[in-house]
Formats: sequence, C-alpha cells, structure tokens
Amino acid sequence: MNDSLLSIVTFIPALAALILAIFLRGEEPAAQRNAKSVAMVATVITFLVSLAILIEFDPSNTGFQFVEEYDWLLGLKFKLGVDGISVLFVMLTTFMMPLVIAASWNVTHRVKEYMIAFLLLETLMLGVFMALDLVLFYLFFEAGLIPMFLIIGIWGGKNRIYASFKFFLYTFLGSVLMLVAMVAMFSDAGSTDIPTLMLHQFGSENFSVLGIQIVGGMQTLLFLAFFASFAVKMPMWPVHTWLPDAHVQAPTAGSVVLAAILLKMGGYGFLRFSLPMFPVGSAVMTDLVLWMSAIAVVYTSLVALVQEDMKKLIAYSSVAHMGYVTMGIFAANQQGVDGAIFQMISHGFISGALFLCVGVIYDRMHTREIDAYGGLVNRMPAYALIFMFFTMANVGLPGTSGFVGEFLTILGVFQANTWIALFAASGVIFSASYALWLYRRVVFGQLIKESLKTISDMTQRERWIFAPLVAMTLLLGVYPALVTDIIGPSVEALLKDYHSAIAAVAEAAPQTASH
Amino acid sequence: MIQADLNTILPEILLALYAMLALVGVVYTGKDRLAPLLTWVTAGVLIAVAVWIGLTRGGTGATAFNGLFVDDGFARFAKVAILLAAGVVLAMGQDYMSRKGMLRFEYPILIVLSVVGMMVMVSAGDLMTLYMGLELQSLALYVVASMRRDSLKSSEAGLKYFVLGALSSGLLLFGSSLVYGFSGTTTFSGIVEAVGHGHAPLGLLFGLTFVTAGLAFKISAVPFHMWTPDVYEGAPTPITAFFATAPKMAAMGLFARVLHDAFGGVVSDWQQIIALMSVLSMFLGAVAAIGQNNIKRLMAYSSIAHMGYAMMGLAAGTAFGVQALLIYMAIYVTMNIGTFAFIMSLERDGQPVVDIRSLHMYSSREPGKALAVLLLMFSLAGVPPMVGFFGKFYVLRAAYEAGLVWLAVLGVVASVIGAFYYLRIVYYMYFGDEGEALDKNRSPVLWVALMVPAAAMLIGVVNLFGIEGIAQAAAATLVQ
Repeated sequence: MNDSLLSIVTFIPALAALILAIFLRGEEPAAQRNAKSVAMVATVITFLVSLAILIEFDPSNTGFQFVEEYDWLLGLKFKLGVDGISVLFVMLTTFMMPLVIAASWNVTHRVKEYMIAFLLLETLMLGVFMALDLVLFYLFFEAGLIPMFLIIGIWGGKNRIYASFKFFLYTFLGSVLMLVAMVAMFSDAGSTDIPTLMLHQFGSENFSVLGIQIVGGMQTLLFLAFFASFAVKMPMWPVHTWLPDAHVQAPTAGSVVLAAILLKMGGYGFLRFSLPMFPVGSAVMTDLVLWMSAIAVVYTSLVALVQEDMKKLIAYSSVAHMGYVTMGIFAANQQGVDGAIFQMISHGFISGALFLCVGVIYDRMHTREIDAYGGLVNRMPAYALIFMFFTMANVGLPGTSGFVGEFLTILGVFQANTWIALFAASGVIFSASYALWLYRRVVFGQLIKESLKTISDMTQRERWIFAPLVAMTLLLGVYPALVTDIIGPSVEALLKDYHSAIAAVAEAAPQTASH
Repeated sequence: MIQADLNTILPEILLALYAMLALVGVVYTGKDRLAPLLTWVTAGVLIAVAVWIGLTRGGTGATAFNGLFVDDGFARFAKVAILLAAGVVLAMGQDYMSRKGMLRFEYPILIVLSVVGMMVMVSAGDLMTLYMGLELQSLALYVVASMRRDSLKSSEAGLKYFVLGALSSGLLLFGSSLVYGFSGTTTFSGIVEAVGHGHAPLGLLFGLTFVTAGLAFKISAVPFHMWTPDVYEGAPTPITAFFATAPKMAAMGLFARVLHDAFGGVVSDWQQIIALMSVLSMFLGAVAAIGQNNIKRLMAYSSIAHMGYAMMGLAAGTAFGVQALLIYMAIYVTMNIGTFAFIMSLERDGQPVVDIRSLHMYSSREPGKALAVLLLMFSLAGVPPMVGFFGKFYVLRAAYEAGLVWLAVLGVVASVIGAFYYLRIVYYMYFGDEGEALDKNRSPVLWVALMVPAAAMLIGVVNLFGIEGIAQAAAATLVQ
C-alpha cells in the first residue's frame, strides 16, 4: 500500500465528489444531509489515511519518500512524492478539510455542488503539494482556480462576481508566465522531473535582452516568471489586491481554505522551485524580495488598521503574515526557512480559525461590519474566549504557534539583513494594534445594539470545530520541535545545496571575467 | 501505373461518386422529402470513410499523378479529422435544419463535395491541385452559407463570404503565378529545389507572401479575418458549426503542407509572417470577443484566437511544430463540435437563441449540460486539467524551441485576456440571476455531441487518447 499511499490520499476526495455527482439527486433536506455526510466522511477518511504518511515518514531522509511514478503523455510523468518540506502541507490540508466541511453545515443553496467543489479542491490542493513533475504541479496548481472561482461566484456575497473574476484572472495571469518558464526549463533540461531539475544547472551567465543587461541570465528570468505566479498566490505586496476582495466575498468555508491552504502554495513554490532550481536568480533578487516583504508587513498592517469589514481586516493581516514567510525564505538560513514553514503551518490554523470566528457571528447577524457589533462578551462568553485566543495567536503571543513563526523568521532575517528585521519587527506592534482594536470593538464594551440583544452563543458543533484548532495552536506554541524536527533535515539539505550552488557560480565568475 | 494512382485517391473518387449518385438519385425520386434520410446516410458514409482511411490505409506515403497528389501520414491525419468532424456536424444539425425548414437535399451533397475539396487540399502536391481543392471546397461552402434563402442575414453571409473568398483566391492565384514564373514549376517538390536554402529569391518571396495571404483568409487569421464574425452570425447554426471545424482543419493542413513542402528550405522567410499573424490573431480574438453578447460572433472571435495559437506551431517551422499544430487542431475541432451542439440546443419558443445573456442560471435547470459547457469553456480558455491546456502547452513548447520566446509570452498573455469571455459564459450559467427559461431540448444527438467532447476534455488528460504518437508520425512525414 505504501507504493500508492499518496495517490490514495489525493484521490479519495475526488472519488467522493464523483459519487456525489453521479448518485445524488434532488435538493430536498434529506439529499442535502447526505451530501454533507458523504463529504464529511470522505474528508475524515482522507485525514486518517494521511496520518499513515506522517507516521511512516522518515524525517532524517532528505530525499523524496513514498514516490510513485507512471508514464504520462509527451514524456511527462505522473509522479508524486513528499519530503520534509511538503509533508506538513499535506497534513495541514487533510486536517483542515473536515473542519471546513463542518463549518459549512448551514449551507442550504445547491449543497451537492458545494460539496463537490470543496472535495475536488482538496484533491487539487493535495496534488500541488505532492506533485514531483513540473507540468503535473502546474496542472494541479491551476486547476484549483476552477472550483475556487465557482465557490466564490456561486456561494459568495453581494459583490461576488467582481471578486471571482478578479481572483481568477489575477492568478491566471501570474501563472501563465510560469508556464512559459516551465516550457523553457523542459527544453533546457530535457525533463520535467522535479528532483532531476533540482540537480540541473540552469544558465546563469549574464546576457542582455533589448539592451538591458540581465544579471544572473536565464536563472533570473526563470525566477521572475515563477515569482510572478507565486507572488500573486502568496500574495505579496503590491499584487495582493485580489485577496481582500476574494476573502470578503467568499463564503466562510471558502475564506478558510483560501487563507489556510491556498496561500501556502506560493510559499511552498518558492521552497520547491525558486531556491533549489534558480539559486543564482534567487540570490540576485533577494534584496528586492526582502524589501517587498518588509513593505508588505508594515503597509498592510497599517491598511488593516482602518478596515471596517472584519474579513478584510483579517485578509490584510494575512498579507502581512505572509510577508514574514517570504522574508524568512529569502533570508536563506536555517532559522529563517524553518520559521517560514512554521509560520505557514501556524497561520493555516490561526487565520483559518479567525475566519471561522467571523463566520460564527456572520451566520447570526449576516453582516461583517465591525460597527454592527460591540459587547458580544455579554451574551457570547465562549465565543469571546475563543476569539480572544486566536487574536492573541495572530498577534504572536508567546505560547501560541504564532510567536514561534514570527520569532524564527525575524531571527533569520536579522542575520541576513538587520535593517529589514528592524522594519519587520515594527510590524509586530502594528499587528497587535489592529488585532486588539478589532477585538475591543467587536467583543468588549456595552451591548447597546438592539439587534444583538438576542444573539446566542456558539453551538456545540461550532465549539467542536474550534477545539482541534485551539489544540494545534497551543501544541505547536509550546512544543515547536514537532514541526522543526520534521522539516529541519530537508531544509538543511536545501540550504546546503543553495549556498554551494551560489558559491560555485561565484568562484567560476572571476575566471570567465578575466578572459 | 494508372491503377496505383487511382488506388491512391480512391477515397476521394468514391466520395465524389457518392455525391453525384446521391444528387441524381434524389432529384429523380423524393427531393426534399428524402433530405433527412440522405443527411443521415451521408453522415454515416463520411464517418465510415474516416474509419476506413484511419484504420486500413496505413503504410508509407504514396504519390499519384507525378506528384500532383500526395497521400502520406500527414494527409491521412487531417483527412480523418475532417471526415469525422463533417460527419458529426451533419448528424447533429439534421434535426435543427429540418425543424427550421432548411433541410434541403442539396445540403448534405454540397457538404460532401466540399469535404472532397478539403481532402484534395491536404493532399495537394502541386499548386494546381491546391487550387482545385480549395475552390471545390469554397464554392460548395459559399452556397451552403446562404442556405436560408429567405433570410437577409444568411444571404449577406453567403455573399460576403463569396466576394472576400474570391478576392483571396485571386491573391492566391497571383502568388501561385509568381511562384511558377520564378521557379518554372508548379509542383511542390520542384519549387522547394528552386527556392533552395537560406533565403528565397525576391520574386519567389513575393509569390510566397501572396500565397500566404490567400491561405490566411481561409483560416481567418488577422488581418484577413473580417468575414468571420459576419458569416458565423449569418449562417444557420449547423452550417456555422461546419465552418468552425472541418474547413479550418483543412486550410491549416494545406497551409502547413505549402510552407513545409514547397518552402521548407526558407523557414526564416515565412516564420516572421506567420508569427506576426499569430500574435495579431490571438490578441484580436481575445479582445474583440469581450464585448460580444451573440454567442456565434463570440465563437467566431474565439476561433480567430485559436487559429493564432495553432499558427504558433506552424511558425516554429519544425516537425514538433507540425505535431503541435495537428494536436491543437484536433482538440480545437472537438471543442467546437461540443460548443456548437450546445448552441444549437438553445431555443426559446421554438426560436433559436444566440444571446449569451439568455443563459441566466442555466445550471439550475440543466445541471448536466451546464457542467459539460463549463468543461468546454475552461478547455477553450486553456485552463488545466482540460485537454485544451495541452494543446496550448504543445504549441508553446514548439514556439519556444524554435526560439520564438516573445511569441510564447505574448500568447499566454492573450490567453488570459481571452479567458475573460469564456468565464463570462460560465458566469451567466452559474452565477447569474433568475431569467426567462429556455426550452428543454431533448434531441439525443445534440446531447451526445455535447457530452462526448466535454467528457473527452476531462478524460483526455490521461493520455490524450493516444493522439500524440499518431500526430508525431504524421508530422514526421511532412517535415523531414
């Protein structure tokens, strides 16, 4: 079974979607309940089976594990595998999906299609993190746009059409440039196998295009093409503007998936492609990326301060937190990259939970305006507690996983570029101000709004959704070695290759220059 | 000798005989009363010939009549695609045509004649054969375009098509005469020797340019595309479906044949022309369709854009480029058959509907069909995992390997712009408001013609139905 474990995990949700599509008819309550149950069972089974991956995973092996390979067209391969960097993203995905389905229990509009969309999305997201073939990766990466486009467009809010088109076209434009780069890599290396490409040296001799000197040559161009895709997906300032729109208009479950998993694809892409395949290109662009991240942290935190819509505020806070991730990755040292991966996993739990928190009161009041709330603690003590917990985790309170990620990335960046670390650290203060201010406005104060007088506290179902998230946030906060032990060896190997590749090119450069 | 020659063009002879016999037979018996039956029989004959050519007429290529006619793997690939497309389009349009009272017995016969013309086109080994095939195809299509004689728009479509088509034939002939004048021969094998390698002599370059312009008209590449939206809109939908599929495949095949067989030595001379037309077509097709609410006009611009992508493979000037072109065209034809089957099924109170705004919330009334159209639209937009993506992937790779990086980059940018209008159709079907319902169309043929291509778009991701190897072998016979 080990031979095809990854395929099994990937395709269980798709199979469930197929079953729903073929066998379920009608829109009556019984059919709706069946759709939800099938989706729930499928995602839970996926999670349980995926635990086998985690258990059998050998962290000390820095290569790819559970590799499976089949021939595909055009000399491409259908090849899956995980290493220390990707295995936790797989787990994050399978862990979050049952919660996402549970959070959608109140959906009544076209339930069957809703569940099919989420199940297909899960398959595609898992495929992204497991794919070991360039084109297969692209296929999963892009195909994920289709269900997400439909989720925002069909089940979204008032301005959903604008948001869904913006989401699709923005990310599509980013990715097609990556496609051209992939074609170039295929032609250059003669293979689309990711492990092979990691060993391939792409040209790094300077050349000029239209009179512009390109330092780092082909590697820089390839890096930029991939960067266009991952920076949009991340999203990095200044190409983040699709995210607030998509988040605000998406249904709660869609926001959770977007924040918890889809955003991580960008960071994962940097680690899987940009650093190992284009080390020279990455080194050339490092300063730019670091400064963009620093600006993202400060600027989007300031923007978050003035938001009137809760989801928008959390969306901007996500952009800021992703700034730490890119910063950590391009610091290119053990702490930085460890911290970046840790931050991504932790942000998955925390931002997912925050969107669920918004969902809880949105389900009751059907508004996300911060001004419409106030004094919720009086009638919703349990909600106030949980919201408080995740607000603190978002701020990065020691003891929660948010702290570890921010601390490690800033530590890593400090060694790479002290000024950036200084700027980024100020973001910690800003994030405290917007998150605490949001919390004060929504939860504290007198309960004076007439419409809130009858609001009810969280139901049993809602509490159970938050329980695993609280547990994971605390667990990773007090015992981060759970994550760093798994990712550590792979990150170390990645960085070793990265630095030796740069050193090799730097050594060769003076010799060629002297000719 | 003559027997071997006749054997080489046996499918064309048989189809031509069939058309003539059918014409005489129907005229002397039932005329229009027999039209539905004749349509079905003709569709069956076309598909049977496709199967026959595809399965049994293998082996190495043969030429007939001293190189006038070439029957190689490339020609067979194109012929199978043409025949299948024509057969399916005939079958799926039968119900529509007869309910609108347009099903005249000339219709299937003219289609067969134009198919014979197309088969001659892709097998042309000489400028004369090329012209004969092209004119046989075009003349039949001019008549078919104005099939609905009492409609102003249909007549306009036919006339426009005829006048502009005649102009393009003139350009082509002028180019051919220049080529003949400067090379002293009309056979492709003779021309390729006269042209030599590197750069063509100036006179031949002029000839090449005019021939290219004439052929670009047939595939509706910018800047020779003006007729396309009007003809697509004016012609009855089943005929539009035909225009969008088989003739495009034939003209593309002919284009590749002329450029590689006759001018294969001077790739750099025509590469820039094709690359420029490719870019212009992709961008015009992408931008002009944004404002269209008429789905037939929208599909016209979409086909212009798709021809741009197919020409990307042609511009590469390599065997891989031709392989990419063939794969792209096969996928394009499949997608268009599905899409037009859908368009044909759109009716309200028995009247055809072409406004895409009438699709509001189509998905809640017809979930299965809406899903099929969704798959087709994403495939047309080139979004993975649909097969349409692989078509784009092949041509991009061909362009990149031929050193046309700028073309590949512009192509993908245009595909993002183009994605907008395909998404717009999805948007009306899935996110729109409640609107007036369309009639339920229960035609099983249309249902199959929609569902099978749509399913193929998804299932094809496994191995593209093995088309890759066939196209590779076909391309290898054209480009040595």
